[in-house]
Amino acid sequence: MNTSYKWLKKYVPDLDAAPQEFMDAMTLSGTKTEGYTCLDKDIDKIIIGQITKIEPHPDADKLVVCQVNVGTENVQIVTGADNAFVGAKVPVVLDGGRVAGGHDGSKTEGGIEIKAGKLRGVPSQGMMCSIEELGSTREFYPEAPENGLYIFDEDAEVGADAIEALGLHDTIFEYEITSNRVDCYSILGIAREAAATFGKKFIPPKGECKGNDEKASDYISVRVDDPDLCPRFTARVVKNIKIGPSPKWMQRCLSASGIRPINNIVDITNFVMEEYGQPMHAYDLSTIAGNQIIVRRAKDGDKFTTLDGQERLLDHDVIMICDGEKEVGIGGIMGGENSMITEDVKTVLFEAATFDGTNIRLSSKRIGLRTEASGKFEKGLDPENAEAAINRACELIQELGCGEVVGGIVDVYSKKPEQVRVKLEPEKINALLGTDISKEQMLEYFKPLELEYDEKANELIIPSFRQDLKCTADIAEEVARFYGYDNIPTTLPTGEATTGKLPFYLMVQNLARNVAEFCGFSQGYTYSFESPKVYDKLMIPADSKLRDAIEIMNPLGEDFSIMRTLSVNGMLTSLGTNYGRRNKDVRLYELGNVYIPKELPLKELPDERMKFTLGFYGKGDFFSLKGVCEEFFAKAGLGSRFDYKTDDLKPFLHPGRQADIYLGDVCLGYLGEVHPLVADSYGIGQRAYIAVIDMPNVVANSTFERKFEGIARFPAVTRDLSMVVKKDIRAAEIDNMIRQRGGKDLESVSLFDIYEGDQIAEGYKSMAYSLVFRSKEKTLTDDDISKSMKKILNGLESMGIELRS
Amino acid sequence: MTETIRAKLREILDDAGKKLDSAGDLDALNSIRVNILGKKGRLTEVLKGMKDVAPEDRPAVGQMVNEARASFEKILEERKNAFEKKALEAKLAHEVIDVTLPANSNAMGHSHPNTIALEEVERIFIGMGYEVVEGPEIEYDEYNFEKLNIPANHPAKDEQDTFYINKEIVLRTQTSPCQAREMEKGKLPIRMLAPGRVFRSDEVDATHSPSFHQIEGLVVDKNITFADLKGTLEQFARELFGPNTKTKFRPHHFPFTEPSAEMDVSCFKCGGKGCRFCKGEGWIEILGCGMVHPHVFEMCGIDPDEYKGFAFGVGLERIALLKYEIDDMRLLYENDIRFLSQF
Repeated sequence: MNTSYKWLKKYVPDLDAAPQEFMDAMTLSGTKTEGYTCLDKDIDKIIIGQITKIEPHPDADKLVVCQVNVGTENVQIVTGADNAFVGAKVPVVLDGGRVAGGHDGSKTEGGIEIKAGKLRGVPSQGMMCSIEELGSTREFYPEAPENGLYIFDEDAEVGADAIEALGLHDTIFEYEITSNRVDCYSILGIAREAAATFGKKFIPPKGECKGNDEKASDYISVRVDDPDLCPRFTARVVKNIKIGPSPKWMQRCLSASGIRPINNIVDITNFVMEEYGQPMHAYDLSTIAGNQIIVRRAKDGDKFTTLDGQERLLDHDVIMICDGEKEVGIGGIMGGENSMITEDVKTVLFEAATFDGTNIRLSSKRIGLRTEASGKFEKGLDPENAEAAINRACELIQELGCGEVVGGIVDVYSKKPEQVRVKLEPEKINALLGTDISKEQMLEYFKPLELEYDEKANELIIPSFRQDLKCTADIAEEVARFYGYDNIPTTLPTGEATTGKLPFYLMVQNLARNVAEFCGFSQGYTYSFESPKVYDKLMIPADSKLRDAIEIMNPLGEDFSIMRTLSVNGMLTSLGTNYGRRNKDVRLYELGNVYIPKELPLKELPDERMKFTLGFYGKGDFFSLKGVCEEFFAKAGLGSRFDYKTDDLKPFLHPGRQADIYLGDVCLGYLGEVHPLVADSYGIGQRAYIAVIDMPNVVANSTFERKFEGIARFPAVTRDLSMVVKKDIRAAEIDNMIRQRGGKDLESVSLFDIYEGDQIAEGYKSMAYSLVFRSKEKTLTDDDISKSMKKILNGLESMGIELRS
Repeated sequence: MTETIRAKLREILDDAGKKLDSAGDLDALNSIRVNILGKKGRLTEVLKGMKDVAPEDRPAVGQMVNEARASFEKILEERKNAFEKKALEAKLAHEVIDVTLPANSNAMGHSHPNTIALEEVERIFIGMGYEVVEGPEIEYDEYNFEKLNIPANHPAKDEQDTFYINKEIVLRTQTSPCQAREMEKGKLPIRMLAPGRVFRSDEVDATHSPSFHQIEGLVVDKNITFADLKGTLEQFARELFGPNTKTKFRPHHFPFTEPSAEMDVSCFKCGGKGCRFCKGEGWIEILGCGMVHPHVFEMCGIDPDEYKGFAFGVGLERIALLKYEIDDMRLLYENDIRFLSQF
């Protein structure tokens, strides 16, 4: 929403705030003003001059030398314009003045300074201007000639300020109006707020027009078949129409609002639309068959040509304005080509109606046509305003003498909204705001807002244009706005103390972050939605459950169309980005959800599972990643004993270098080397590793509780075991065997060497373990140890393992 | 006899002293020690001669010999210490390193700027007694809109460019549904902070992302006022942006709060004078807030006559971008290590 300051001042004449002051104060009272443009910022020292003499230029065919009376003196100006004539009154910029840009419409920030000088040897003391040089266009000044000097009307005063005469000493303010303040999508609405903000008088137009002794109802009848969609329809008739240009003051107002002046009838409907925020429509009454208007729904599949010449496809939910035979307009959106007014119009039918906002919004979306009018209607307009607006339009018709207004109004007001009253409870308002404002003070704030106070009932009567005021909290906001948000004190909540805390699972997440970062991994964030093509990229089979992803109905595109069921695509994409940018040794982690539907299509909310995903390329291997995982598990209180299973292979990982991590029968996640084909399709040119840890399963088994177990007081005895093992026997099997048989004094088992090659038979590997024994009760004897060792050796032998001497 | 021994001892000591003075290393010291105190050493010889001393003189002579021995050992020890000290000095001098050589990096990873900003905000509010909670990212329309006083066909629904899964389920457009979920639990009073991911149908560019993060705050208690809202958020702003930060509250509209406001903070770059950073305004818009709408209370089963509350919502990315002067939102989701390493 934009308004011209001049236009506002028509209704708040005492307004005298400077632009910045206006903007700040309006913003603080609730009409957020986002900025302003001074129309005269780039033009200066331009007055109305009259050409008194024109002579050819001695040295240039295309130039002429003019003598110009600028009121106080006569000056000589050389011009190339070909529409100069003796007696013409034109804008003249004198020495030291500024114009906004070139006559081709190009603009220069800050303007261009004009200096007296010589043109082809002939002195010229200034410049005569086109409308473009003044920073505007023929669109807004239709009377300006194409390519030439702007010519003022004959009654223009020589020597007067041309900028003023063109209405350019004005400032346009731009507002962000919130959806609850429908009334502020109008000049009058903003003017009312401005008057209240600055404590000035608000003088709205009378908007009264009785018209002649005839009756509009003799010209037209109106029937509304769907009052739900059209709560009010008002119509008035104007005959003996004299089409012509509208007066300059009206054109200036429309220009300032960015609306192109067309002719008096169209301009009046546009002017009233801006002024009252109520769109209007003008029909040529001679095109309305049967002198009858019917408001009804369209039929599915109907077609209609709007006045922009486009054919539109309609449906049952579109509200149509029809005459006795045919449709003449899409209600609230756009009129039809078949009833538009032309230069030959004799009698005009004005319409000011209100439509159901939601219906207009949805219809306009479906039809694919959003107009100035639909933009206003979709906010849900005040039906009371329709009558005020149509009367105002007739008032202007009379004032401007462009027709004879027929008396009376045809008004089908099917759904008059009930008057809203809100109890005035100053103590509740103060309790909500934390203030101590008197009732009298509050009533002062309400007056300029036109909230009437019924003292007897102790109720505020809410005007129909303030549909947003329904309860005490709403009234409290009105009080707060004018008391000033800044004047409300600042306190801290009192009452029962609460403990600030992070829930346990978030503490485990923070631990994950700490461990990852200590191990050199940096945190990434990736999107939750991705492309279904990701599954092919990850070589996931067509029948995999992982492909059962939740689809977004209205995605931004296929690349963002499903909710991820896997976190690896985001990680691999990020690694690929880094690799492509030649970043070395990149380690990343992410904590983000995957979304697993319980059933598709989705009936209830899916399982959102937090995944702790680690990925890297460069320094390190499978076992360094395994170390990071185990470090995290240990810190999370999961102990140090995990099973690594390889029976559920992930297709996107190296088939021989991956494992699921189990704690008992709980799967904590998986890790592995990225399959070379997958790494390749993500543009990662070296071995990459990835681990995906399921946080809910980790959290369920986590604990931060620890108990001191004492420090061993008796000496430890170490025994080393060196053995030759068949290649297909896994370390975990040996480890388990040693632990099972080592007895309670076996404190630790660690593999310190593994070797294949020379001196070891093909198909075998050499492994060396260090076993530490220690008792909590005594110093162990050789005898004690030998017993345990014997058991261990027997066990290993049963696995076909041979000791090396 | 006694005198002879005394003279002899003096001679031995003088001689030993001279030798010790001229000894060049620890080996030389050792051979002098053997020469004096060894089995055939000169002092040992003197002791062996004790048998020739008259018994009545023996205690005095014995004492003389012991004193001589102690005296010798003392000098010997001093010389030894001097040599050891010199040797250590030589060793240390030899071990000088160039301390300006580069450090061995520990290569720790880095938190994402979003997370750093979030932890900062959480720290402030946890300190004020708020509990951190989370809600689902895929949410019922009912919680995302209806219970927040945004009924079907409300224009605000359009404004928020919602991603739909189906008619009833959406990708939440705000963290505000956490308010309704928390209130429905029925545990009062409430001081809640709910951070999380939200989604809106905006094309990716330098200032927009279809997925970003908000932090929702909610306080419900018996006597909460708009003044409490102002005081709390003012304190938050000072903690986050520095003690000299000023705040400005402007009226605004949100369907689920009434009265509603937006809060600006004085530009922490220029202190409010106006700069490129705040686009010359001196103020930067930070968050939206307001008093919980009585209708929202009713829908969540709380009596609006008994309880009052305030709520606020902060854009996490907005804070991170401002605080760390990041000029392009896309950087936050690319995960380029050269970007992440700067935090």
